[in-house]
Amino acid sequence: MAVKPTPSLWPATAVVTGHGRGRPLLLDQPLSFWGGYDAAAGRIIEASHPQYGISLAGRVMLMARAKGSSSSSSVLAEAIRNGTGPSAIIMRERDLIVGLGCIVASELYGLHVPAVVVDGTVWKDMGAHAKGASTDWGIGVDQCGGCVVRGFGTRFLGL
Amino acid sequence: MIELSDQDQSLLRGEQGDAAALAMRILVRSAELMGAERLLNIESAHIDGCLYHGQASLDFVERLVASGGKVVVPTTLNVGSLDLIHPELFQGDDETRSQAQRLMQAHIELGCASTFTCAPYQGPNRPRLGQQIAWAESNAIVFANSVLGARTNRYGDFMDLCAALTGRAPYCGLHVDANRLGQIVFALQDFPQERASRDIWFAALGLLAGGRTGSAIPVFTGLPLDTTEDELKALGAACATTGAVGMFHAVGITPEAGTLEQALGGLPAVETMIVTRAMLHQTRAALSRAKPGDRLAAVSVGTPHFSLAEFDQLLQLLESSAAKPRIDFYVNTSRYILWELEQSGKAAKLQDHGITIVTDTCTYITPVMRQTRGLIMTNSGKWAHYAPANIGVEVAFGSLRECVLSAVEGSLVLDDHGG
Repeated sequence: MAVKPTPSLWPATAVVTGHGRGRPLLLDQPLSFWGGYDAAAGRIIEASHPQYGISLAGRVMLMARAKGSSSSSSVLAEAIRNGTGPSAIIMRERDLIVGLGCIVASELYGLHVPAVVVDGTVWKDMGAHAKGASTDWGIGVDQCGGCVVRGFGTRFLGL
Repeated sequence: MIELSDQDQSLLRGEQGDAAALAMRILVRSAELMGAERLLNIESAHIDGCLYHGQASLDFVERLVASGGKVVVPTTLNVGSLDLIHPELFQGDDETRSQAQRLMQAHIELGCASTFTCAPYQGPNRPRLGQQIAWAESNAIVFANSVLGARTNRYGDFMDLCAALTGRAPYCGLHVDANRLGQIVFALQDFPQERASRDIWFAALGLLAGGRTGSAIPVFTGLPLDTTEDELKALGAACATTGAVGMFHAVGITPEAGTLEQALGGLPAVETMIVTRAMLHQTRAALSRAKPGDRLAAVSVGTPHFSLAEFDQLLQLLESSAAKPRIDFYVNTSRYILWELEQSGKAAKLQDHGITIVTDTCTYITPVMRQTRGLIMTNSGKWAHYAPANIGVEVAFGSLRECVLSAVEGSLVLDDHGG
């Protein structure tokens, strides 16, 4: 199978600062961490979620928007603490409950999981790339100090 | 950059203790996240940190206790993982029990009131129209904003406690007039007006609307003008289950929605969606595959916590039925409502009818039900949505009246909805 490396760089706005990398995982639907993610086992447990059973551990999670209970911050912080949480979070709409889980994990444990938001065009482009990506993405800063998401050597299947 | 008052800066510098400094630091980082330019004073807080979600929830509160933290505004507590009044109901393991108990106790050491309810608006000192507050618990947030007209953002664990320890919250979002206008109109066409089994349609409507609204503010038109507070509670709780809804308007019913124009602030709606009874049927059907006649294991109602008015309805339904429930029938409520029921003698009557009252917690977040295999019936959209994943049950979804009829039969009984 042919591999076509196309490093990508997308502008983003940091909502919780930090560095993080991992394979991208685009959630097809919003997930409420509380009631939807088992932070001990590290898997999605919301029965109706299209990615039921999947782990977020070490992944750069792309989730368009948040939903559900305000207890999600605790579950996310706990998932970050015990290593079942994402390594970075990319969203289309900023969300306090998600951001707070990251902030508290950083204050309590010094584990800095970044959360960023991107605009609609970037989101679409990222979504298309994330689907086929088999290598790591990372959250970082560019030369001007702006926040960026890097897609390292994105591989497109079937090309 | 955020403009901080002298008091804010003093807190940040740790001049009022390490706990307050940590709380202020998290608050400022959160305010930056939300794009707020300054903080505002809040008059009460409701804390959703008492549910044990693993080590992180306990570590946070222990750190605050150890560094001398105390709340500075009246602060109520959401449900915990244990029924402290009926501890014998708990069927989980000892370690979880002791961690959960410590979590509840640690919050009390911070100066929070031991309310342990998800419906603090059913207790004393409920927030008034226009009052700025910092509340957590998705259903309580929606109720406070929508039904009471108080002002809170969707605070979650941690942030609520940070607000309580500092008396401050970011000035943005639903704290601000301009952000409280409705955006998406749900026009109800043939919403059931008949009181008897109406509760279930409010829950179904909430689930449907929440899924389509995301974090916007829905406006409902065409709801019965005699809609009760408990029905609005069911609607809001369900909206906040399927969406990130922090507030809704019900035209002619809720305080900031005298007219559709007022609810929208004179602006055009972003979207208007007509909702028919057939769509509500669909929402209901999508939640449960159970058919009339299917055997039930138990009934659970009171998510959010049952009010006194709901207990009166339940008692009426039980008294007018020919026999007692033949399966377990659980009702979740607060200890304050239980005390009132005990004083009026209604608690004893409910017990005679075979009702198990659960306080301080809720049947879908902690193992209290004796029987969780098989089909469990509820009238709560929130319970129906979360319980299958939380405690591994199958749900049947019906009105309070249908729940009582079904409990007496021991199998699912539904009204004839005429399609």
